This record gives sequence, structure tokens and C-alpha cells, in this order.
Amino acid sequence: MTITATVTPQKPWKVSRRQQLPSLGLLIGAAVVTYAIVAMTPMKGKLAYLLLFFILGTTFQLALSWFKRGRAAAADTVAAAVMMSGAFIVFLPVASLLTTTVTKGLKGFRPQIFTHTMAATSYSDPLTSGGLIHAIIGTLFLIFIATIISLPLSILTALYLTEIKGRASGFIQFLVQAMSGVPSVVAGIFIYAALLLTTNLRGSTIIGALPLAILMIPTVTRTAQEVLNLVPSELREAGLALGATQWKTVATIVVPAARNGLITAVILGVARIAGETAPLLFTLGTSDKINWNPFSGGQNALPYYIWSGLRDGTEGGINRAWTGILVLLILVLSLFVSARIFGSRKVK
Amino acid sequence: MSSTLLTRGPVPEKRKITTKPRPSDIVFRGVLTLMSMSSLLILTLIGLFLSIRGFQAFQTQGLGFITKVDWTAGVDGGKDTFGLGAMIIGTLVISAIALVIGVPLSVLTALFLTFYAPERIKKALVTLVDLMASFPSILFGLWGFIVLMPMAEYWAKLIHKYLDWIPVFSMPSPAFTRSPFIAGVVLAIMIIPIVTSVSREIFGQTPLDRIQAAYALGATRWAMIKAVVLPFGASGVVGGAMLGLGRALGETVAVYSVLNIVFKVNFHVLYGFGGNIASMIVGKWGEASLTESKALLAAGFVLFVMTLLVNLLANYIVRKTVKTGK
Repeated sequence: MTITATVTPQKPWKVSRRQQLPSLGLLIGAAVVTYAIVAMTPMKGKLAYLLLFFILGTTFQLALSWFKRGRAAAADTVAAAVMMSGAFIVFLPVASLLTTTVTKGLKGFRPQIFTHTMAATSYSDPLTSGGLIHAIIGTLFLIFIATIISLPLSILTALYLTEIKGRASGFIQFLVQAMSGVPSVVAGIFIYAALLLTTNLRGSTIIGALPLAILMIPTVTRTAQEVLNLVPSELREAGLALGATQWKTVATIVVPAARNGLITAVILGVARIAGETAPLLFTLGTSDKINWNPFSGGQNALPYYIWSGLRDGTEGGINRAWTGILVLLILVLSLFVSARIFGSRKVK
Repeated sequence: MSSTLLTRGPVPEKRKITTKPRPSDIVFRGVLTLMSMSSLLILTLIGLFLSIRGFQAFQTQGLGFITKVDWTAGVDGGKDTFGLGAMIIGTLVISAIALVIGVPLSVLTALFLTFYAPERIKKALVTLVDLMASFPSILFGLWGFIVLMPMAEYWAKLIHKYLDWIPVFSMPSPAFTRSPFIAGVVLAIMIIPIVTSVSREIFGQTPLDRIQAAYALGATRWAMIKAVVLPFGASGVVGGAMLGLGRALGETVAVYSVLNIVFKVNFHVLYGFGGNIASMIVGKWGEASLTESKALLAAGFVLFVMTLLVNLLANYIVRKTVKTGK
């Protein structure tokens, strides 16, 4: 007599539907009890619902797992519930920030804002007049100039840290980190103290771009350094073995290999400075219309425009600020997305 | 064979092997080294210009610039008093509130993302946290002013109602608007992404063998986290919190729009006034005389030194943790 048995693979640790049923039931129970308590006691509001639901839900689950599997399992259940709630609380403001920006910003988001300036409009005027094209152009100017200034400095610093690794590289690393902590307002008043306080110079686009360049350098340097470190050292050795100088190796092999990553670094740097407000208050001057001359005359920028709307305080001003922030957010988000796209491409 | 080859034609000269860099490399290395010094130059210039231009304030006020709490610009030749004390304490109070609220939430989120979240939603949530880090601070200012302030005022009233007996939550008279608490909540939201991503990175580096050893000994997930992950990542979390503190200390626009800045020391966090160096500089700048402007530059110097120290300490802790993995 032979016994034949086929072994089917089993996953005994997998939680089945039926095992999940009690805890699901308890959650619904907690929701019902929460609703009842809020309805019967003077506690009111969303806060009461959330807090009670959290306490009741956790207690019920704790009781269930304690009853079924003992003390350690109960602690595990509570910990999981607390962590989930913590993460949930963190994502509430993100959702709120995005939805308020979109809903409030759309109110003044009309085609005319991309063709008009504030030259003939004050902030409290109805939203049908005026626009922010001057601020958009100003921001693009600032980004362009700040990038031109900071790009060579930061990429070359990153190359020093990854390619030369000289005696000073520990020290330079330390300085770059220190620089990334400089508050934006300090960068702004530094440029003011250095260039504007005792001279006849007035705020202009190019002076406004200087503090932004200071803020951009550490971001670009650190990202570029990470990217350059990812370039396989075999590539460098191959270049040197073929008789190329180090300069040739870096210029024709290392940098092209890391090209996408370096572009990502620059985009992240731009995203970092596009929304900076504080330094502009000291260095940009101001302008209600488009200023094509970066070397003289005040300039406007999206963050500055938003700031002016907020300071104005009228309903119109606040609405304009929301529209400005929507435009700024679209700019920052598209930078963020393009950084992701470039960053995810493989090194060729 | 070889001898016949050698006899034909002139013998090429033996190439010299040398480790001396070629001229192009000397130039290349020189340029890179020079450029890498730019960060040193910029930091030195910031320190120099702010301290030199602000020197007058340090000179006339002496140590009182940091310890005194009164800030009055003398009108028409009157005596100036510039004391940054209230602002320094206010900045520390607000940052402390931000840390108290922000760090636990960040650690919970980081743990959730590393050990609990299903793979599919984990990626989306991590992107969302990164996205939050790229929001401009003026957005937090506007949102804090319009959306968060009414809500936070309500929370402050609840806290005051039930926790009045704790000294920091008591207040002389009911004025809940624009308090340090509200500014602290805004800052907490702003530092959460940075603290979360640093903590997540450290937690993610927990050695797998230790995790598996804990599980093999019968630990639940929480017991594993308590016994392995938290001791391993603790100093990394501290470093991340310090980085967050560095950001909180220097934040300007967001705090300015939700805080009522008054030159008086206030430890009642729910009470409607506080201080903040960065916001004070922006607030006073518009109508400041030359003397007062110089005092504001000196205040900027104090802020610069504060953030520099905090950031250096933070980076030291984070780097030490990442390297030794302990």
C-alpha cells in the first residue's frame, strides 16, 4: 500500500480574510461609539472625532490582540496604530497646503495675469484687472543670473571634492555644509551690507540674484558631489590608462557620464531658490512693470509679489497672493518633476 | 627575432616614466582648488561684513546687545537702546515648540515608512515628503496665516482650558492670536520633511542581520524596533532634529506672517506675542535709520553664528552616525 500526498505550499503567516474580520468589526464599532459619544457629550468638532476615534480604535484593537495573543502582541498593535496616526497627521498639512493653494489660487487664475502687470492696478482692485507677468519675468531673470553665478562655483567645488580629493577636501566639505545652513535672511542682509549700505547702488535684478546664488551653491554642490561619486572609477582609470590627462578624463568622460545627474543638481538648486522671499526684500528694489534691464532699476519676482499681497492685507491682496503662490507652486512642482525624470535616467 | 628587429632603423628612445603632473593638469587642479575655496571666501565675507557693519551696535551696546530686552531707536539724537535678548529667547522658544511637535511626528512617520508601509504606497509617500521639503517658505507663511492660524487658535484655547495648571500654558489674559505656539506649529510642519528624511535614511541602514536576529528570537515588530532600530538610529535622529533646528532658527517669512513680535520676554507659549530674530530684522527694516540698520546687521550676525554652530553640530552628529553605524 502506498500513500501518495502532494504538498501544496502554504503561507501560515499570511493573515486570512476571516482573521481580519474581527479587527475590522472593532474599527467600525469604534467609529459608531465615537459618533455616539460626540453626539451625546459637549465635545464638538473634527478634532473630537479624530481624537476619540483614535483612542477608542486603539483600545479596542489592543483588547483584541491582548485577548488573543497576549501582552507583547498588544504592545505591537498599539505601536502600529500610533505610527500610522503619526504618518497620517504629517500628511494632513500637505493635503491642506495643496488643496487650499489650488482652490484659492484658481479664483484669480485668468489668462490676463500672464499678459498684464500691476502698473495700473493696486492690490485691492478687483481681480479682473492687473496681472503678474512682470513678477514671472523677474523670477526667470533671477533664476538665470543666480544659476550662471553659482553653476561654475558649485560644479567645480564638487569636482574638487570627488576628483582631486586634495588635502583640503575635508575642510571644504565642512564649509559647504556650513554654507547650507546660512539662513536666507542672512544672505540677503549680507549682500545689502556689502554692496548697498555704503554705496550709491540701488537694488536691482543682478544684486537680487547674488544672495540667491549664495543659497544655491551648497544645494548644487552636495547633489553634484553625490552624482559624481556614482560614476564608476573604472571609467576614470580607463581614461587615464589610455594616456589622457586628468583634465581630459574629467572633461570628456566623467562629466558627460554624470550629465543627467548634474542637470538634476542644478534643477534642485533652482527649486531651492525660486521661492526664496526674505533675501529679495533687501536687494531687489521693486517694480510694478516689466523691467528688461537686469543691471539697473528695481525688479519684481513671484515671491515678492506674494509677499506684497500678503502685506497689503486686503481681500484683493490676499487673493492675488494665492494666485501668485499657485503660479510659483506650478513652477516649483514642474522643476521637482523634471528633476525626478532626469535623476531616474540611467548613467550612460 | 628581437635582435633582428632592433638592428633595423634607428632605436627609439626609451620613454621616461614620471609621476609629475602635466601642465594641463596643473592648471586644472589649480583652477578646481581655487574655485573650491569660494565657499570659504563667501562664509568669511558674510561674517566679516555683518560684524564690521554692525560693529557700531556692538560697540555702543556692549554685552547688552545680547542680554537687554529693549529695542528703541532714539529719535532726534536721543539715546538708542538695542537689546536682542527677547528676540534670542523668542527664537529659541519657537524653535523648541517646533522640535517638540515636529520631531516625534517625524520619527513616527519615518518608522512607518521604513517598517510598516506597504511597498506600493511607500514610494508615493516618500515622494510626498520630498515634495513637502521643496515648498517655498512663503507658501507656509500664507497658508499659516489664512488656514492654520484660526485652527491653531482653537487648539490653543483647548490646551489652555484643560492644561492651565502647567505654567507655560497659563496666560495673564485671554489673547490667543499670533502666539509663539502658532508660529511653532508652522515651523514644526516646515521641519518635518527634513527630520523625516534624515531619520528614514538612518533607520534604513539598520543592519539586516540584527533585525532578523530579533525576529528569530520571537520579537514582534515593535519589540524589534525598540530593541534594534531605535538604539541604532537614536543619534541619527538627534542629528536630523538639529538640522531641523537650524532651519527653524533662520526661518523668516513664515514666522513673520503668524507671529506678533514684541520686545518682551514671553514664556507663556499660548499668549499672543513673541520674538524671532529673522522676522524682527524684516519687520524693522523698512523704517530703520542708518544706526538702527547697523544694529539689525549686528542682529543678523548673531543669527548667523547661532545657525552656523547648530548646523555644524548637526552635521558632525549625522556624519559620525552614518560612518560608524552605531
